[in-house]
This record gives sequence, structure tokens and C-alpha cells, in this order.
Amino acid sequence: MSNLLQFSISEVLSLLEKKEFSTKELVETYINAIEKTKDLNMYLTTCFDQAFEQAKISDQNYLNGSQRFLEGIPLGVKDMFCTKGIETTASSKILKKFIPTYESTVTQNLWKEGAINLGKLSCDEFAMGSSNETAAKGEVINPWNFEEKRTPGGSSGGSAAAVAAKAALAATGTDTGGSIRQPAAFCGVVGLKPTYGRCSRWGIVAFASSLDQAGPITRNVSDAALMLQVMSGYDPKDSTSSNKDVPNFYNDLGKSIKGIKIGIPEEYNSDGISSDILNAKDMTINFLKENGAEIIPVKLPLTKYSLPVYYIVAPAEASSNLARYDGVRYGARIDGNSLDEMYENTRNLGFGDEVKRRIMIGTYVLSSGYYDAYYLKAQKVRRLIKNEFDEIFKQVDYLVTPTTPTTAFKLGSTQDLLTMYLNDVFTVPASLAGIPGISLPIKLDKNKLPVGIQILGKDFDEQGLLNVAQVIESCASFKDTPNGVAS
Amino acid sequence: MSNNSKIDLDTLKKLGKLSRIPIDEAGSNKLIEDLNKIIGFIEQLNEVDTESVNPLSSVTGHNLPIREDVVNDGNKNNDVLENAPEKKSGYFVVPKVIE
Repeated sequence: MSNLLQFSISEVLSLLEKKEFSTKELVETYINAIEKTKDLNMYLTTCFDQAFEQAKISDQNYLNGSQRFLEGIPLGVKDMFCTKGIETTASSKILKKFIPTYESTVTQNLWKEGAINLGKLSCDEFAMGSSNETAAKGEVINPWNFEEKRTPGGSSGGSAAAVAAKAALAATGTDTGGSIRQPAAFCGVVGLKPTYGRCSRWGIVAFASSLDQAGPITRNVSDAALMLQVMSGYDPKDSTSSNKDVPNFYNDLGKSIKGIKIGIPEEYNSDGISSDILNAKDMTINFLKENGAEIIPVKLPLTKYSLPVYYIVAPAEASSNLARYDGVRYGARIDGNSLDEMYENTRNLGFGDEVKRRIMIGTYVLSSGYYDAYYLKAQKVRRLIKNEFDEIFKQVDYLVTPTTPTTAFKLGSTQDLLTMYLNDVFTVPASLAGIPGISLPIKLDKNKLPVGIQILGKDFDEQGLLNVAQVIESCASFKDTPNGVAS
Repeated sequence: MSNNSKIDLDTLKKLGKLSRIPIDEAGSNKLIEDLNKIIGFIEQLNEVDTESVNPLSSVTGHNLPIREDVVNDGNKNNDVLENAPEKKSGYFVVPKVIE
């Protein structure tokens, strides 16, 4: 059998069923690929022994014809998901040596359907970052032009890089303001942030609870459909989880997009956006027209207020969520002479600078005297932003925008905070409104770096999003692979 | 630091106290500058008229579900203590709080 790394999830499932190769061989191939791409710093923890144990079960199931939905598919898991018996740190020193005694619902859903865990993937500390540079164990290197040491994006930088480098067949990510879509764009892979509530948040390390959502990062759109189908579903353990039926995303792919209305918001443009990115947007618009979609220019004037809202709401929720890291129940403890001193020592050494900054901002906007001026104000503008999306979706079915204002920049090159925050300017609005979004690669820019395009849809219309994305994918025919890839 | 700066050293110390993150006064200038930069950025929201707008705290649109008040999980004492930095006789141990 030729190189097993080249196959997508649906191809692997059909080849495993035909016994063209075994799950054990597949897992071995991926472990080998992980070893070969070690310099990219993607995996924080690996669990190869368990992977081989699972592979045995998968091979047995194929032999018996009792294979499950994702039987034998080797995955990487973002370190934000609690995995039973496997260290889970959220890329933070404060969770060093934390071994969960339970499994997150989303990963449990994957293992229940036969997927295999290869290990835990690096991310920005507590998912707070857009470049993977805030990770306690050092940044991940983007496999594209890897010798130039570029960012994979963040926060799911390890996940996107591992899928691009073929060190995992697919990966899980989490997206609070763009953390699936932006790294997917930077690494030339597909990243899907589902509707808020589609996937359970139970067992995922909490960052900003009203925004956090899990989703897949994959090689192509149909793989995203397969992964999402298994990751989704109602969970009584997450009070915001949706009890809507989960469609058969994969089987229902391939519908014509003739006559659908695509809005192009004029505000998704920024100073310094590269001509390659604007060109990718124009290419996408042409693909859609060729397939019979109607293109409608639209206005979303509140777009520019999304980032300021996000940088109030997300730090506020984070400052509250991260209060639990107190050196008492789990994680690191640095001793002190009193209880308060122990808390302070633990949190001082356990949290990195960006996390501390966000806790400070969150504490400020929630503190007495400032709550109304900042937090409440942000929640009101958030309502207006959501209303604006609701109104626009009465006129159009989907929105198409660039995913990011730039392609992957060099690690260490962005020192200014606000410049770093602007990475998420096109992804944050959908997070605030709770609507689903997908990013997929269209082309390479002049530096041979991938350019991503984002599609946004109505609440719980991931199916339509995937259909539109697949049409664009087949027209764009993006087949390039990075040089930092295992083979 | 401009006169408009909202966060000065005293405010920072107060935030540090509230969030149990100690402030190193010697190295606090950069942090104060960064925080004021962010505050300046988020204050753009003052341009938006939010008169009579209801704040949005959840996008789900459904009320939080209520269930019967019955035990549905438990007997996890060991699991709960598993990752505790210090434990004794089934309890978390913290530094002495009463003299």
C-alpha cells in the first residue's frame, strides 16, 4: 500500500473496511509521522500505547464487520479537552501534571465511535492567543515554509499544524473568537466552528463560557462533516447544549447551491489586507456565481465594534472561570505563609503574561463602579451585533468573508497587543452571535502561504455551510502541501 | 502615560488583590501601559447608542433547563481528590487560616 498518510477520513474508512491495510499499520504510520515532525513542537503529550490497544479493538471490529462510525481514525486532541488518565494542561504551567479523572463529552463521543487518540496538541495558554506563542511549552511552528518559523495561528495552533503536517488525520479544536478558523486558515486546512450549543462544553477547560465551542480541524470539507457528526449532540451535563437533532452531515453533502443567496459584507476589509486575500475572495465569489449562487453586497456596520465587545466579554468570563486555579484542588501549588500568599504565589508563577493581562482586564470591567460602563455596555452592543446578523440572514443565506486580514506571520514578529488582537477581526463577530463558521483554503499567496476564506451561516445550519464550502473546495482545488510534512 | 489613563499603579494593585495575582511594582509600567491600551480600545463602544437595549448574556435563546433534584452521580471522593496538591483523610489541605 502506498503512503497511508495521503488518505482522508472517508477514504481510510473504506480502505480499512476492504482490509487494504490494518488499523495497526495506520496508527504506526501516524506515530512515525509524529516522530518525524517533532521539531514543529505540536504534541504536548502522546499516548501511543493506548493508541495501539485501541487499534487492536478496531481491527477486531473490522474483522467482525462490527465497525463503528469512525473506527480506527487516528486523531490529535487540543489540550483544552480533558482526557481521562492523560495529562491535560491547556498549555499552562498551572495545570502541569493535571491528570483528569473524567473524559470530555466531545472526545468521549469520538472514542465511542472508534476514533483513536494519538495525543494532546499544543495551543495558546488557556486558548488565549492568536499565534500559539503563549503556550507554556513554546510555540508551534507552521509546517508551511517551516524554515522561516512562522506562526500556525492560535489558539488551536497545534491542531491545525498537525493536520497540515499529516501528524494526525484530523484534530479537535476549540473556538472562542476564531481559535479554530484562524489557525485553519494559516495552515491551509479546514476548520469549522459550529453553532454555540451544537457540541457539549462539558470537560473542556473553560475560557469564556458564553463563547467557547468545540469543532473539527480536518484536511477537507467531507472530513469535517464526518467529525462534526460524531462530536455534536445534546448533553445534559452542559446546560447550554442544544437538543436539536444532529443531521447526517456527511450523507447530505453534495446538494446544488443554485439560487442560494450569498452576502458579501463590505466591512470585512481592513487596512493592510493583502491583495492575495482580496483575490482569494474574488475567486470564491466567481466559483459561487459559476455554480448559480446569487451574490449580494451587504452592510454590517457594527462589525468594527465586535473586537471591543469581545475584549470585554471574554476577559470578564475568563477572570471568573480562572478563579478556580487556586492551588488547592488540582494543578500546581506554590507554598506561602498564609492561604492568600499561597494563592498569589501559585497564580503568579502558574499563569503567563497574556493570561494575567486578561484576568486583570476582566476583573476591571466587572469591578464595582465599572460594571455598567464596560461589561453591561458590551453585552448590549453584543445584542445589537446579533440582531444585525439576524436581520442580514433574512436577506441572504450565507456570508462569505476572508478568514484573516493576513497570512501566517513570523513568530515573534507581532509585539503590539492590539495588532495581535486584530488577527481575529473577521472571526470574532460570528462568535459573539453564536452562529457557525467554516474556513477553508483557497490558494497560496506570493510567499507560498495558504489563504483561507470564511463562510458564515444561520444558527444550526452547519449542513448548508458544509455544502457551500464543498462547492468552493472543488472549484478551488487546493492541492498544495507544506514542506514541513511527514511522508 | 496620558492623562486619560484609567489604570494607575493603585488601580493595578487593587486588581491584583482582587484576582490574587501579586503585582511587582518595579516591573509594572509595561503592564499598566498594556492595560490602558486595551481599555482605550474597548472604549470605542461609547460611540454606540445602546439606549433601551437589553444586554445579551447567552445566545442560546432557551432558558436554562431544570431537572428533578435527585442524586444522579456521586461516590467520587477519590476522583475529586486525585489531583490535589495536598490531601489528608479525604480532605483538601490548605495552609493554616486560624491562629
